[in-house]
Amino acid sequence: MTFVRDRAADPVISGEGDRAMAPDTTPAHDRADALAILARGVRKAYAGARGRVALDGFDLAVAPGSVHALLGPNGAGKTTAVRVLSTLLRFDAGDVRTAGFDVARQSARVRSRIGFAGQYAALDEILSGRRNLEMFARLHHMRARAARARATELLERFGLTEAAHRPVREYSGGMRRRLDLAASLIPDPVVLFLDEPTTGLDPRSRAQVWRSVRNLAEGGTTVLLTTQYLEEADHLADRISVVDSGRVIAEGTPEELKSRIGGGRVEVVLSGAEMLSRVEEVLGRVAGAVPEVDADALLVRVPFDGRGAGLAKVVRALDEAGLDVEDIALRRPTLDDVFLSLTGHPGETGEGEEPS
Amino acid sequence: MTTLTETERGTGAGRETAPGLLARAGWAVADSWVVARRYLFHLVYKPDELVGTLMVPVLAVLLFGFVFGEAMGAVMGAPGEEYREFLMPGLFALTMAFGIGNTTIAVVTDAGRGVIDRFRTLPMAPSSLLVGRSMADVLSAVVDLAVLAGMGLLVGWQWHNGPLPALAALGLLLLLRLAFTWIGIYLGLVVRSPEAAMKFFSLVFPLAMVAETFVPTDTMPDWLVPVAEWNPLSATVIAARELFGNTTAAASDSWIAQNALLMAVVWPLVLLMVFVPLAVRRYRRLSR
Repeated sequence: MTFVRDRAADPVISGEGDRAMAPDTTPAHDRADALAILARGVRKAYAGARGRVALDGFDLAVAPGSVHALLGPNGAGKTTAVRVLSTLLRFDAGDVRTAGFDVARQSARVRSRIGFAGQYAALDEILSGRRNLEMFARLHHMRARAARARATELLERFGLTEAAHRPVREYSGGMRRRLDLAASLIPDPVVLFLDEPTTGLDPRSRAQVWRSVRNLAEGGTTVLLTTQYLEEADHLADRISVVDSGRVIAEGTPEELKSRIGGGRVEVVLSGAEMLSRVEEVLGRVAGAVPEVDADALLVRVPFDGRGAGLAKVVRALDEAGLDVEDIALRRPTLDDVFLSLTGHPGETGEGEEPS
Repeated sequence: MTTLTETERGTGAGRETAPGLLARAGWAVADSWVVARRYLFHLVYKPDELVGTLMVPVLAVLLFGFVFGEAMGAVMGAPGEEYREFLMPGLFALTMAFGIGNTTIAVVTDAGRGVIDRFRTLPMAPSSLLVGRSMADVLSAVVDLAVLAGMGLLVGWQWHNGPLPALAALGLLLLLRLAFTWIGIYLGLVVRSPEAAMKFFSLVFPLAMVAETFVPTDTMPDWLVPVAEWNPLSATVIAARELFGNTTAAASDSWIAQNALLMAVVWPLVLLMVFVPLAVRRYRRLSR
């Protein structure tokens, strides 16, 4: 039955409207309509005495079916950006198109095509998981029977069938987050917004959410997520926009961002403090760069491009100088390094505390 | 072809194309009802809100009806059962006023948890969330009134003018509750936390007392009499007493006491005219 209906919605059978459109020869990535999200020069200042500027020339382009991460520390403007892109927040200047529609002027159309899961699970604590999903489905204007069917399907997909009849206040943090995600998927959204989807979750729940996000992306949903966990962006995202002070300061694949700061670093750990200056001198000469010295950790670090061969060179040079070291390693760059080099201040790691 | 478009619409979850005004109004009503159902489920699954609202008036029936009532009634020249008849309409209205607290706390809690954000990303009519809440409040007030009326019947209260005036009195009480609900919704959108909402609620208490609720206003200090008389609660209480045919205070000759029935309609309408636009505007401003 469902298949028949789906086919009925297919333009080949039911619609003349689509055929009226001339075939478009513009490359897909050049057309605003072909992008899942397009934001240009967005500015947003909050009202009030301090009038904090949250977004200041924010640009973003997200390709359909991709997972895109907004990465940045607390207060960078990530949440504001997501709220603007998902129609929740008005903005002062700029253009925003989400799921092919103008966010400012066609917000109703945008809303019927997006899903949103905020930082806090937006659920009714007293109602059961099933009733929550049914209620949101009804508010998506599904008929009662369709709403029930959708709830059943999503509960099963997120492993909540057994807890379906329990009130949400009895759910664990991970279960809540899964139900919240399920609620955001009710309309089968074209674009899904996830604001810090794993903040405050234990590692196991986090892995579950990650799996769900990847499954969604494989199913063709565009996902825009914010995170302050560098490892999360690295793990999930096809592309990352690094956000700082209300604008995107760097954009690219995780690999591109890493390669921006060069091939890597050689780290040498010494057995005694007396060798620090001599090791520093040798490393500086071989790498042709000024090494960074951490006297407390007995560590000397130097940027180095030569990959494996470079490591051998360093080892040979240290050996020739008769310097015996505790440990020597070639460290590939992480997003932490990217963040430090882009913003001048370190990002937060996955082990960081909850945002306040 | 007809069947095809129809089935297509059946599966089009929220993908309807530019609905007309009538269809939009229809959805607004349907959406409000879905929201109202949500709050009614709360009463079933977590009845403490209902119990909490009823606790004060039920205790008040016992306390004022039987403990202080003799003394208060003696002053008025209405001992025992007569005072309890006088008291019940006051307690009905008091319960309507206490509903403000529940409304405010529910709204502010939703706003804090981000539940309102989710509602706002749904393709539902924007007013439906607030309208649904007020619908649910009025429906739960019906339950409140039923319980209290049952309690009243047990202690000797009854209506003497037949069922129609009694229903009219209940209607006026529900109208008052509707007006108070919108005050509560507005406050819920203004305050930042349930704790702050509780502070507002402590103001409701004296406001509900400085009225015709427990004693005739002319027993109060002179300067307080106009305040108590013009309290929206007073008009409804006096009107309800008249409609139920309950003991009334010695006929006061003030304008408001003479026109209580009129004011019991006018007051709630004025409050609605002020607080509905305020609340809706505040809700819209959440996107600023």
